[in-house]
Formats: sequence, C-alpha cells, structure tokens
Amino acid sequence: MAQAPALPTGFELPLEPRLPRIGAVDQVAVEARATDLSKRSIKREAKLFALDLAVRMMDLTTLEGADTPGKVAALASKAIRPDPSDSSVPSVAAVCIYPNLVQAAKERVAGTGVKVASVATAFPSGQSPTDIKVEEARRVVELGADEVDMVIDRGAFLAGRYAKVYDEIVQVKEAAHPSHLKVILEVGELGTYDNVRRASLLAIAAGADFIKTSTGKLSSSATLPVTLVMLEAIRDVFEETGRRVGMKPAGGIRNAKQSVQTLVLVHETLGLDWLTPDLFRFGASSLLNDVLMQIRKEKTGRYQSPDYFTLD
Amino acid sequence: MAEPRGGTGRLPVKKTYKLYIGGEFPRSESGRTYEAEEQNVARASRKDVRDAVRAAAAAQPKWAGMTAYNRAQILYRVAEMLEARTPEFARLTGDEAEVNAAVDRFVWYAGWADKLAQVLGASNPVAGPYFNFTVPEPTGVVGVLAPEEPPLLGLVSRLAPVLVGGNAAVVAASESHPLAAIELAEVLATSDVPAGVVNLLTGRRDELAPVLASHMDVNALDVTGANGDVAELERLAAENVKRIVKGSAEDQSPWEVAGFLELKTVWHPMGV
Amino acid sequence: MSELEQRGGRAPIPSAWDYASAPESREIVELRERYGLFVGGEFVEPRSGEYYATLDPAQEEPLAEVPQAGGEDIRLAVESARDAYENGWSAAPAAERAKYLFRIARILQERSREFAVLESLNGGKPIRESRDVDLPLAAAHFFYYAGWADKLEYAFPNRRPRPLGVAGQIIPWNFPLLMLAWKIAPALAGGNTVVLKPAETTPLTALHFGDVLRQAELPPGVVNIVTGDGRAGAALVKSDVEKIAFTGSTEVGKAIQRELAGTGKKLTLELGGKAANIIFDDAALDQAVEGIVNGIYFNQGHVCCAGSRLLVQESIYEPLIEKLKRRLTTLRVGDPLDKNTDVGAINSRQQLDKIEELVAAGRDEGAEIYQPPCRLPEKGYWFVPTVFTNVAQSYRIAQEEIFGPVLSVLTFRTPDEAVEKANNTPYGLSAGVWTEKGSRILWMAERLEAGVIWANTYNRFDPASPFGGYKESGFGREGGRHGLEPYLDFEGAETFGG
Repeated sequence: MAQAPALPTGFELPLEPRLPRIGAVDQVAVEARATDLSKRSIKREAKLFALDLAVRMMDLTTLEGADTPGKVAALASKAIRPDPSDSSVPSVAAVCIYPNLVQAAKERVAGTGVKVASVATAFPSGQSPTDIKVEEARRVVELGADEVDMVIDRGAFLAGRYAKVYDEIVQVKEAAHPSHLKVILEVGELGTYDNVRRASLLAIAAGADFIKTSTGKLSSSATLPVTLVMLEAIRDVFEETGRRVGMKPAGGIRNAKQSVQTLVLVHETLGLDWLTPDLFRFGASSLLNDVLMQIRKEKTGRYQSPDYFTLD
Repeated sequence: MAEPRGGTGRLPVKKTYKLYIGGEFPRSESGRTYEAEEQNVARASRKDVRDAVRAAAAAQPKWAGMTAYNRAQILYRVAEMLEARTPEFARLTGDEAEVNAAVDRFVWYAGWADKLAQVLGASNPVAGPYFNFTVPEPTGVVGVLAPEEPPLLGLVSRLAPVLVGGNAAVVAASESHPLAAIELAEVLATSDVPAGVVNLLTGRRDELAPVLASHMDVNALDVTGANGDVAELERLAAENVKRIVKGSAEDQSPWEVAGFLELKTVWHPMGV
Repeated sequence: MSELEQRGGRAPIPSAWDYASAPESREIVELRERYGLFVGGEFVEPRSGEYYATLDPAQEEPLAEVPQAGGEDIRLAVESARDAYENGWSAAPAAERAKYLFRIARILQERSREFAVLESLNGGKPIRESRDVDLPLAAAHFFYYAGWADKLEYAFPNRRPRPLGVAGQIIPWNFPLLMLAWKIAPALAGGNTVVLKPAETTPLTALHFGDVLRQAELPPGVVNIVTGDGRAGAALVKSDVEKIAFTGSTEVGKAIQRELAGTGKKLTLELGGKAANIIFDDAALDQAVEGIVNGIYFNQGHVCCAGSRLLVQESIYEPLIEKLKRRLTTLRVGDPLDKNTDVGAINSRQQLDKIEELVAAGRDEGAEIYQPPCRLPEKGYWFVPTVFTNVAQSYRIAQEEIFGPVLSVLTFRTPDEAVEKANNTPYGLSAGVWTEKGSRILWMAERLEAGVIWANTYNRFDPASPFGGYKESGFGREGGRHGLEPYLDFEGAETFGG
C-alpha cells in the first residue's frame, strides 16, 4: 500500500470528521450564482484576451475507438498551429488521447511546447482492478505522456468506499511521477454537488495536480455550476494550505461563449493566478474551431463560416 | 352593608373583587378601589398595567409554543368551567342566555386553534425552485378594551379570538360592569390557562386605556370597547406601530382572529 | 518556432483582465424635458406651477423637470379617482378589470428594456438588476393580480368582498416601478381606483407608466400619478381617500398612522428593517457568502429587507469573513448602465450623507471597517461596499437602518443566542437562516420575529409570496392572496356558525 503524500500543515483529509470543512453545496444557490456570472458581458479586447487564453489552455482531445496514428498526427498539427492563416494564434496546451496513441502524438509535437496527455486507469469507467490501473498509468508515462488523466472509481465512491478511491489516486500519482496527474471525477455520475465537492477534496488530498470534471462520455459534464463547485473546492484548499491545484472542465464545452463564461468563473472565483494553462485547461474537441472563428470575427468584424476552419 | 341573607343568622364571607395579573389576584398596587355594581372593585393603576403587560409578555411565547391542539383543549376547558358557574354568571349578568352564548363562543373558538393555519395560511407557487409557505402567528401581547356591554359575552367575544391565535391579553374590563370579568378570571385560573396569558384589570377606562395604547411592549390594541377619544388612543398606539383592531361585541368569525395574527412567509430552495 | 518555444515552461499569468465596458444604450428611452402630473388619463400642468429637477445620481445631472404637486393638485387627482370609481370602474365586470391588468403586464414586458434603462438612469441601480429583477417582477405582479380580479369570492369565501374606493399610495425610491406594481396591481384587481405618489427622487418610471396606462386604454382617472416631495405625500394622506398604503421609513409610517388615527381609513405600512442574516457553521459556506452579498449589496443596500446584520456562528467566523472579504474584491462598483456593474450609485446626496454619517459612527464606536480596493467614478453619489466587524449589539450600526451597502457583523454561539440577537430590535421585516439542517431551519423560522424568512437564500421576491413586517416594520401584506385583503371591504358584522 502506497503512502499518502505528505500534506501541508493544516490540511486534513476529508475523511476526518470535520464536516464544516468538507461543507455542503446548495444546488439552487450555486446554480443561481453560475447563472449570474454567465451574464457578464465580455466584449472587444476583453473577449479577445479570453479567446486567446482559451486556445492556450486547451487540451485538444480525441478519445475514440477509431483513433489512429494518422488522426492523432493531424490533431497534433492542429494543436501546434491552430490557425495556419493567423500566426498570432498560439498553440494549444496539449493533446489528450488514448494510451496507444501516445507515441504517435509525442513524435508529432516534439520540439514544440505542446504537451501530450494520456487518459489511463481503465478510462472511462475505471472498473478494473487497481493494480492494472496503476500499471496503465506507469506505462503511459513510459511511453512519453507528460500528463496523465485518470478516472476515479465512481463505483467505490458511490458505495461510500472513499478510502479505496483515495488509495488508488495515491498509487496512480506515484506511478505517474513525474507527469502531471489530472483526476477525472465524472461528475455526471456523482449525482449531487455535495458529492462533487467531496470527490474534489478527496482527489486533491490524494495528490491530484488537476481535478477534471468528466470523461466526455456522458451527456452531463462540465456545466458552469459544477465547474464553480470544483473551483470553490480548489479555492478552499488554497486558502487553507497555499497549495495550488489546477482545474479542467471537459465535455460539453462546445462554443467560444461557454469558454469565456467559464473563464469568468475562474477569474471571479480564483483570480488572475489561475488564468494560466499551468492551472487551468479546457478538455475539448470541437471547441477550438469555434474559438478560432470568434477570434477571426473579432479581428475582422465579419461573422465567419466553418468552411474556413480546418477539421482535423 | 349587606344584610345577612334569609334570616339564618349566618354572615356570608363576602368576596373581594381584585385584579387578575400573572395568574394571581392582587389588589391594585395603588390601593384604590371604585364602586361598580354595588361593589368595591379594584381600581387598577398605571403600574398595574405595567405589571400585567410584563406578565403577558413573559407568558406569551410559551402559550404560542404549545401545540394548537393543547390550546384548543385549554379553551374548551374554559368553556366547561364557565358553564359550571352558569348560575353565578347569570346572577351577575342577569341574563342566562348571555352566559350560554359565552360558553358556546369559547367552544367555537377553541375548535379554531388547529385550523387557522389551514384557512389563513397558504403555500405559494413562486416562479423558481423554492418551497414557499405562509403561516399565521400570534402578534404577541394584545391590549383589549372590553365592551361595556354585554359584560360577559362582550368580553368573551373579544378575548377568545385573541387567545386562540396564541396571543396573551391584557384586558381593561367593562368599567360599569366589571364583576363578570373578575368572575371570568376565576374561571381562567382554574382552567389550565397558563398564568399571565390573560390579565384582567378593572378600573377607570380613561386611566387604563392610554397606558395600554402607549405601552411599547403591547403589539396590538383592540379598541372595540373603547369609549371616549379613540383617535387619541390610536395616535398613542402609532408610537410602536400597533395593530389596531375594531370589531364588535357580537362578532364570531375567524377573521376576528386574523386581526391578531401576523403572517410569516418562509422560503426554502428545493435542491439535492 | 521561437514563439512556440517561448510558450514552453511555465506559462505567464496575466496582470489583469479588465472587462471592457458594456453599457446598455440610453437611446431606447425618450426623455421629455418636462413632465406633467398624470391625472384623469392626461399629463397635466400642476396647479401649483412648481417643478423640480430629477437627477441621474450617477452623473449628478438633471434628467428632466417634474411637477411638485400642491394641495390643489392632490385634491384634483383624488377627485379624478373618485369620478372614475363611481362612474364605471367599481361597477365594471371583474373580468374586464382583469383584462386591463393583463394588458398592462404585457405592455410592461414589451417595453421592459426602456423601463429598465430609465430605472437605472433615474435611480442609480445596476442595469443587471433593473433588467433581471425589477422589470420581470413588476410585470409578473400585474399578471398575478390580473388573475385574481375576477376570482375574489374564491379568495375570501363567505365574505362578499367589495372595493374600498380610492386608494392613496406612497412609494419609496429603492424599487420605483416594482413598488408601483405592488401597490397598483392589487388595488385595481380589487376594483379600487388609485392616486399614487412616487418618491421625490425617482418619479420617471412612474410617469412613463402613465404612457403604459394610456396604451392599455385604462379608463381615465382609474390611476393617477402625482409627483413631488413629502409635502405632496402628506397632502395625499390627508385627502379624501378610503385607504392609504405606504412603503417607506418607519418614522414617516408612524406619522401617517398618527395622522389617520380615528378616521377609520384603512392603512397598510411597509416600513424599515434591520434584518439578521444568520449563518450556522454547517451552512453551505460559498452559497451563504453569495446570500450575504445579495442580502446587503443588492441595490446598493437600499432595501428595507436587506440582511444588514450578519450573525455568524463563532466556530465558522474566520473562514466565513475571509471568504466574504475576498468576494467583496470582485464586486464591480460603477456605471449603473454597464451590464457588468454589481453595485451602482447611491440614490441621492441626502442618502449618501446618511450612510456616511452612520459609517462614521461605526468607526467612532470602535467597529473594525473593511472596504475592498475600489475605484469610484469622480462624479455622482457612490459608496464602497463596506463590512464592519467587531460590532456590538449596542452600536448604532447594529441598531439603525443604514439603507446602504454597509454590513454589520456580529457573532453568536448557540441557536438560542442567534434568535435572541436577531429579535432584539424594534423591526421585524425579514431574516435569513443558513444551515444544512432541516429541523433547525424550521425551529429558527418559527422563532424569528419577521414577516419573511429566507432559509438558505435571501432577497427573493415573487408576486405569489406575501411580503410585510412584524412589529415596527409595519402591517399588512403585499403579494399573494393576502395582498388583496388590504384593498377590500367585507360585509359588516357577521357571526359565523352561531
């Protein structure tokens, strides 16, 4: 059994009976707050700033059974230079793929700043024995993944076996060293915001570098309120311990407006410090082109057609 | 003054008519009396009003905190005790029908205790994920200026709606016919009505009413039985925004109760 | 590649993300230079001959001139309402009254942008609030009471409801159009006619509402709108009306109650408050913080039911206050017409003076003040959102209604203590309770002496929900079935079941 990482002073496991610290989330109020924040009007230079940031924060993702080295190479090319006609558009943060495609992706992004993130731990269900999941994480790092996106064992979590969930994250974290570990909660299966908060704190306590909403395989994923709940958990950990944990909403963010609204949540919950790819990512596939269209619209004043943006 | 009755030679023990404050029967702290219905009756002072309001304010939360069922039981008990003294009340009021009506009035209002919230309250369909309901609650301490006539039924008609809603009362009894009020105090004292929930003061109305109207710890004023300068009483009552109720000595309706109730609306989100 | 390589390693953190200003256009509002009184369905010049300038408090600039109604103007307005009442309105089929109210509601919805902008211009409140709260609620209020107009006998079974006559209505400056809706809708539904006086500083939406009434073809005189300062209000109180409804300060409310003493006129008062917003240590803290912010900084704290006294359980005091202070740094204070503004302008110079005076008292009495860093516009009336900690129950800032964006924080240890402190005030309008424990919510709700209890939420309003106070916060309810009652008379002395 792996040892839990040493935790900064003052931070206690959510398993400790310190209920006020785990706390609760009121559904109606958190949804109302997210709705309020979504009404921020972000225009002109403020919008361009956000769209540029959204590109730099993107984990451009393909997670299909049909993925091939060719598909992934094309995606990686897009990741490096999202808009070939506009060199001011930055690269995305990373490509996010299945373990078998890590090598292909790694070759294509070599020499650029674009990272390779691999899902692991029996993605998306997580329903495999722990040792197999740990081994998978170890292997993807060997294959060159800079970042590992693991899933928590929702079955164990919902059965109340928090210690199993926790121990597994600890072991995967150790196996994935020195890669960055993103822990996917799969919020759509957790049922309540209270559970999202608990799972967030649990993952953070177990050593997650990032917490991530979803696998992208469910219809209910990175909504604004669920993102807000997770950002608030990150904020509480930071305020209590000074530790900065990253956030990655994934799944369901398909247009530029949603990405800007999400960044407003980050800005007003965690502040400027989190407006960096080191601490915030978008997991998305179709989002990128919409952001690119909006950037060009802001720059040219013309509404755009998808025909002018490559599908990779 | 009074002759021994019936020539038996026995001298009766004559009742002293006193005030009813905090469940006790004190004399007026002023030591004064006045004559009404051929009796010497206590003439309450400002300080007696003060003591009565203090007793009422202390007793009210517990009375309001009882279950509605229990309040109904107690008011029903009042009716029973009142009925048991029918001959005595009939002698005082000169009208047995009035006594019977007073008994029935208590019975009628007793039955309202556990129905007021259903008739006067509401659940409100607001446009959002909230459960929202409105419940009636007692306003607190009510000053009652009892009607001069009829001495028993007038008093009971004003007092019962105050009590059934969970309020405590400080009553200025009929000045000209105070004996029924004092007799009623004895009924209340033996009916499990908690001490202080009803306080009955006899005396000069023009001395008592302004003190009640201006008292900052009285929440509502029933001016049904007010004589003289009602406008002045209402002006005094404005100092703490008292609820002013003007009914009649005969009314019997749940809306009489409503005058002594506040409405509280509670919101709560519905979420998981 | 060099550019891409630069992006390797740690990514830069931006130094700021200033949202570009997003002003709502004023174009949609056509202001007149000078307005008349709305009497008998027409805008008429005041007999008084007097006008005053009404301001944009964010710019300290005059928007228009409005009449200062004199005694004769009030008399004529009441006469107009009386005529309309006696010659048609009170006898009109209830279903017709309902349809007028529906028309008014629809027109308000259609013109909501215009009214929202005008409300923010004249009152200083953020467009976000006038757009998302004031206007939708005002229209909803007319819809709600439209539905009651022809169903009164179901609202009051066995009571044979009938109208009172002419209602004089005096409203405050914090929610000018919404308070107008709260007053006019139930009055008309009940078959009454109205003379309404908007607040001195915020008359414009009420005057534009006169246009709405003309558009709805409401019979002349059913609603009359008279502008002016407290003198006009006082004249209305003394006038020949059957009913006065007043929303405003407790001080004025008491004066009105005294004035009406002995007249037998019906009266409802919706007065001041000093509400406790009570946070237990098991509350959903981040949402509680939002509730605190919404409770006291909504509408610059110009809210009678504002959660101006924060009662925090000691065991959660520090983290909660830290969260609250942090949250305050994200509040955007400034141009009311900017869609990103959270806190707008203080309504008037006079109100700003009052806030400043009480805040100075808070400092002097020894409370600790916190104000987030905040750039205020140079012109206009502004006050930075403020939190006072270490406040004792005896301080003026814990007792008096500030009616501004100023929060006083006190602590408690047990539920009993929370109730005791919350109720320790002459007011009783509203209260907030934040706890995850259901039975505690009900326990608290039962004990708090207030007409509205918000549990795990704050400052929610709805036309179906009765609103009004206990104790010196007034009497009578607005909203819901209960809100009709103050505008109706019932068959006289009756005995049921006997």
